[in-house]
Parts: sequence; C-alpha cells; structure tokens
Amino acid sequence: MDTQSYLPVEPGVGMEENFLSLDDILLSHERLPIRTECRFPRLGYLERSTDAQDIPEGTKMELPLWLSKGLYEKKRRVLSVELPKVYREGWRTVFNADPNVVDLHKMGPYYYGLGSQMLHFDSPENPEIAQTLLQTFVGRFRRNMDSSQNAYNEDTSALVERLDCLEKALFASGQSGLNGFQSWEKGRASQLTASSLVLNYRKRKMADGPP
Amino acid sequence: MFCEKAVELIRELHRMTDGQLPAFNEDGLRQVLQEMEALYEQNQADVNEAKAEGRAELIPSIKLRHCCLLRNQRCLTAYLYDRLLRMRALRWEYGSVLPANVRFHMCAEEVQWFSQYKKSLASFMRSLGGGEGLDLTQDMKPPKSLYIEVRCLKDHGEFEIDDGTVILLKKNSQHFLPRWKCEQLIRQGVLEHVVS
Repeated sequence: MDTQSYLPVEPGVGMEENFLSLDDILLSHERLPIRTECRFPRLGYLERSTDAQDIPEGTKMELPLWLSKGLYEKKRRVLSVELPKVYREGWRTVFNADPNVVDLHKMGPYYYGLGSQMLHFDSPENPEIAQTLLQTFVGRFRRNMDSSQNAYNEDTSALVERLDCLEKALFASGQSGLNGFQSWEKGRASQLTASSLVLNYRKRKMADGPP
Repeated sequence: MFCEKAVELIRELHRMTDGQLPAFNEDGLRQVLQEMEALYEQNQADVNEAKAEGRAELIPSIKLRHCCLLRNQRCLTAYLYDRLLRMRALRWEYGSVLPANVRFHMCAEEVQWFSQYKKSLASFMRSLGGGEGLDLTQDMKPPKSLYIEVRCLKDHGEFEIDDGTVILLKKNSQHFLPRWKCEQLIRQGVLEHVVS
C-alpha cells in the first residue's frame, strides 16, 4: 500500500463537527429552510425578496446550517428550523422500507452528516430521525462493503454514484485495502514505487506546461 | 449571504484530494479579512448604540454578524492548517529540497514554516538511536535485500556511491545499486525499481 503522507482532518462523528475539517465546513454550508421568530434590524439586504431595511418576524427564508446552529436557542426566541424533505415522515418510510434503492447522492450529498446535525434543533421527531439514519446506514452497508472489496481494476463509477459522502469515503478506503492486498499477493509489496504525490505533480506540470 | 468567499477558499483545497498544494490565494484571504473588518465595525457601532440607548432589539443582528465573524475565522484557520498538512506531506514524499514549481505556491510565511519543520525533523532524527541518528524517511517498505536493480527513467547526471565510484544515470540505463542510496530517487520518480 502506498503510505499516505497527507492526512487531512477527518469529519466529526455523529453530532459533533471537527472545527478544522474541510468536509465539516462544506457540510455546514448546506442551506436549511427556517422561519425567523424575531426581527433582525438593518439586515434586510440578506433577504432579497423585499426591500425592507429589517428582516421582520415570521419571515420564511433559507439560511446555511452554520448560521442556523449559531443563532438557534432552545426557547425558540430567534428562529425555528424546518426539517428538509429527506428527513421528514414521507421519505423516512421509504428509507425504512428499502434503504438500498435510494440515490443518496441526489438526496443531498451529505445525507448522514446533515441528518446528524439536524438533531441539534430539538425537533419532536429527533428519535425517529436518528433511528432512520442508523437503519439506512446499516441496511446499505453490506452491499457497499461487498462491492468495495470485490471491484478490482474496474470502473466503479456505477457503484459509487448513488452513495453519499460518508459511504464514498468508506468505499475508497475499502478499495485501497483491496489494492494493497492484491499487490501483496503478486509479490509487489516489496517493490519501491514513486510517490503518487510526486507523479501527480509531474502530470500537472505537463498539463499546464508551455503553450 | 456572508462568508461565501471563505467557503470558496475551502472548496479550492477540497478539490485537490490527492494532497497537492495549490497556489496561495492571497487575494481571497484579503477579501475575507476585509469582510471581517466590515462586520466587526458594524457590530461595534450597533453594540454602542444598544448600550447607550438601551435598544435590545439590535441584539439578534449583532449575534448574526458575530456568527459570520466566527465562521470566517474558522474557514481561514482550516485553510491555513490544511495547507500546512500538505506541506508536511511534501517533506516526507519529496525530501528536503522542493522543486521550484511547488515552492512558488507557498507564501513567505509558509516557506519559513517549512524550513523550521525540516530543522525540527532533522534534529529529532539525529537524536534517535543513542545519538547516532536514524533516517525515518528511509525504508518506508520493509527491505528485502541490500542491493537492488534499478532502471533510470530520465537523465539525472552523475551519481556517487559510498565506495567512491561514480555512476552516470542516463535514460534507460540499468544499474545494481545499494538500496539506501536509491530510495529517495525512486520516490521522486527518477529511477524505477526493477523486480525480476
């Protein structure tokens, strides 16, 4: 196995985010439908549908997750967050019926991540949401693990395109383990190889070389 | 919406999944810092007004701007930290001398950090093995033999081995050389390890 020297900060587990993780920052950029429960003076320009100077109470708009989390207070004096469609009753029944059929990449590439973050907003449906997230993961895991451990030297785009980001990362690490094992079997494990980082730099240098 | 530029910086890094270091986006960084300054000044003005005239209804807006400031701070810190991780990987993959095209992508402070890291690593490696030193960047895969067969992938000029003999590394020439001398060049893609 090619030893990895670049070890980025991993995304957080469950309801926690890792401050420095690039994945968590992109995840928390996703937008949520919210309703303001108080007035926001002098910020009217953020809400483009009106020309008002302030954002009045009761406005329905979309805010990114990071802002919703930052402003949310338990007593609901500031804003209330609506559940995105994928985590509501309707879709939850679909997931509970057969998790393997769903295209999780289309349902928002961060299905598990965003779902875990939604639990911060004290919805009465939290236990059901948490349960569905877990069951969906468990239901899909077997097929994902199987395909990542058996697809050797082939085009995996059809297998990967319906996975969400967490599943894609697991798939990639499964593939890396498989490739390592196969090269060991062929006796290539002791062969010194050029670093993949160096090779990629060279490819890029050639790509943007002299016109 | 605020903090879009900051997220753009993050996306720039996130796109390079293999650990390559893109050019230092000085412009982007400056824009984010300017946005932070504007938010801070607006908040200062609002806080003073809220305290002086007792206008508590300004507080939600102050809070919102504060969240934006924290978000920008998070994005910038993560951007700089991830770049450090990539530079650290470069030391282990490339060795202590970086090619010019990589060095151009680093800002002055990052070049300084890199040379400090090299020094720390070197003094750590020297302190191992009871003062004798141990090169941790060697033998990344368990060695099977002292000497290995290598083929040259491109012209690299003359190469001196421990007993004084000079070998000319010309493209496609094959040599039987000590493993510890070649490892660095193989990792850099100059030589190729031939396994029979």
